Amino acid sequence: MARSVTTQHKTIATVAAWIVALLIFFPILYTIITSFKSEQEAIQGFNLIPSGTFESYAEVQAQSGYFKFFFNSVLLSVGSTVLALLVAIPAAWSMAFSPTKRTKDILMWMLSTKMMPAVAVLFPIYLIFRNLGLLDSRIGLMVMLMLINLPIVVWMLYTYFREIPGEILEAARMDGASLWNEIIYVLTPMAVPGIASTMLLNIILAWNEAFWTIRLTTTDAAPLTAFISSFSSPQGLFWAKLSAASTLAIAPILIMGWFSQKQLVRGLTFGAVK
Amino acid sequence: MATQQTRSLARFMMAPSVVLLLVWMVVPLALTLWFSFQQYNPLNPVRDGFVGLSNYALFYSNPAFLQSILNTLVLVVSVLLITVIGGILLALLIDQPMWGQGIVRILVISPFFVMPPVAALVWKNMIMHPQYGVFADIARFFGMQPIDWFGQHPMTAIIIIVAWQWLPFATLILLTALQSLDGEQKEAAEMDGAGFISRFIYLTLPHMSRAITVVILIQTIFLLSVYAEILVTTNGGPGYASTNLPFLVYQKALLEFKIGQASAGGVIAVILANIVAFFAMRAVGKNLDK
Repeated sequence: MARSVTTQHKTIATVAAWIVALLIFFPILYTIITSFKSEQEAIQGFNLIPSGTFESYAEVQAQSGYFKFFFNSVLLSVGSTVLALLVAIPAAWSMAFSPTKRTKDILMWMLSTKMMPAVAVLFPIYLIFRNLGLLDSRIGLMVMLMLINLPIVVWMLYTYFREIPGEILEAARMDGASLWNEIIYVLTPMAVPGIASTMLLNIILAWNEAFWTIRLTTTDAAPLTAFISSFSSPQGLFWAKLSAASTLAIAPILIMGWFSQKQLVRGLTFGAVK
Repeated sequence: MATQQTRSLARFMMAPSVVLLLVWMVVPLALTLWFSFQQYNPLNPVRDGFVGLSNYALFYSNPAFLQSILNTLVLVVSVLLITVIGGILLALLIDQPMWGQGIVRILVISPFFVMPPVAALVWKNMIMHPQYGVFADIARFFGMQPIDWFGQHPMTAIIIIVAWQWLPFATLILLTALQSLDGEQKEAAEMDGAGFISRFIYLTLPHMSRAITVVILIQTIFLLSVYAEILVTTNGGPGYASTNLPFLVYQKALLEFKIGQASAGGVIAVILANIVAFFAMRAVGKNLDK
């Protein structure tokens, strides 16, 4: 690999890439900047240097109780992910280590459930939730988010588990390990990184899910997606407050996302691109 | 190798996932299908009952229907074009040797992690607002009349927002594919005197083809059901100018309580998605055989 790279080439590439990257990032950056402005400043035209006030943050919390929604988002995304993992780990496990003729068909079928447009089943789900008293309940929404992401979770785990060498299993079997011992002592340690990656991606997906979380909640179970959507009705000028609320809503997941780029590629392409 | 015992254990381990997904798929879909043949209005139940195909006829004769199908397709195709072409160019750029590549990647991927309502609101108020948005500031700076994006060009505005959300995804996946290209192959092509363009056409593009297919298919699944972005920005308007199929179904079901018609629309959405899914499954399925 002795490709000669001239400094000039590198400089041009660096400048071009940084300009494009900053343009793409600009809406997020500008939101963060505006969140530290006062409402007055926020509408006074383009300005990249805020006065650095925290009043918008204080107001967002005081007016709408931001942390209740934040708490719901955490509970729903983590809860639904844990539920999905509990159901998916055994399934992915058995498909990766004792595949049958039908394993592939089952995997494809699971993926196909992901293709169903949510809106097509909006009313039946709404009806079922209403009759079960699950509207605006955290448990109901948690199960919902679990079902939506279950195919991705199974698939991701499957692609990770498949990379665990089968010989190790055989060696353990030769030594007389029972199936459960085999799972607990031999394979779990090797599977943990894959499970962690899957968990990370799934939390991100659940956090940002913006159809069911808006439609099936009103107040008690409403997460940040519903909270932010409530800002869409115009109630005067509230740019700084909107920015503060938005910054709070995206910050945790943005940071998690930066650490999960590779898993994102793998998880969302169902292992087709690694 | 698998004994009878391990095989039945495997089945037992798979059962919860399979049963859950089966129920999740069959029950709501069957209900939607059933409602699509019914007159059902929770607010006015007098005329409820079986009506055959008339919901489909009503939904079809609704002028908003064709508009919404058209909008759905325009949205999907435009965003795909922007993100795939933009993604290839961006991936090629980021793949060049440079300073701070890691930070560039982080900046570029960031919009993907922004939840749809936030993305839509930020663009609506901070960037595209005809009076206080950054675009308006820029227009005024050059002495031009600011554009009323959501009033005049609602579809264009929504396409820009959705493309901004998905460009990072396309870029990241195409970049990953690009980086797995063998350096020696590139060098050999260079030694043979292949220029940048011919290297791109004969070496890079074929290598990325599967990643491009995957990007198109996966984005299509999500783009067919864009919802929050429309709800937050234009609410489908002005008129039906920016109503897509999911949004129309939502309006019929939860705003007008025309459940039968909404269900008929839902069934049409399922058929549309299935056509796409058919191709998606084949592409992903091929990968499994490897």
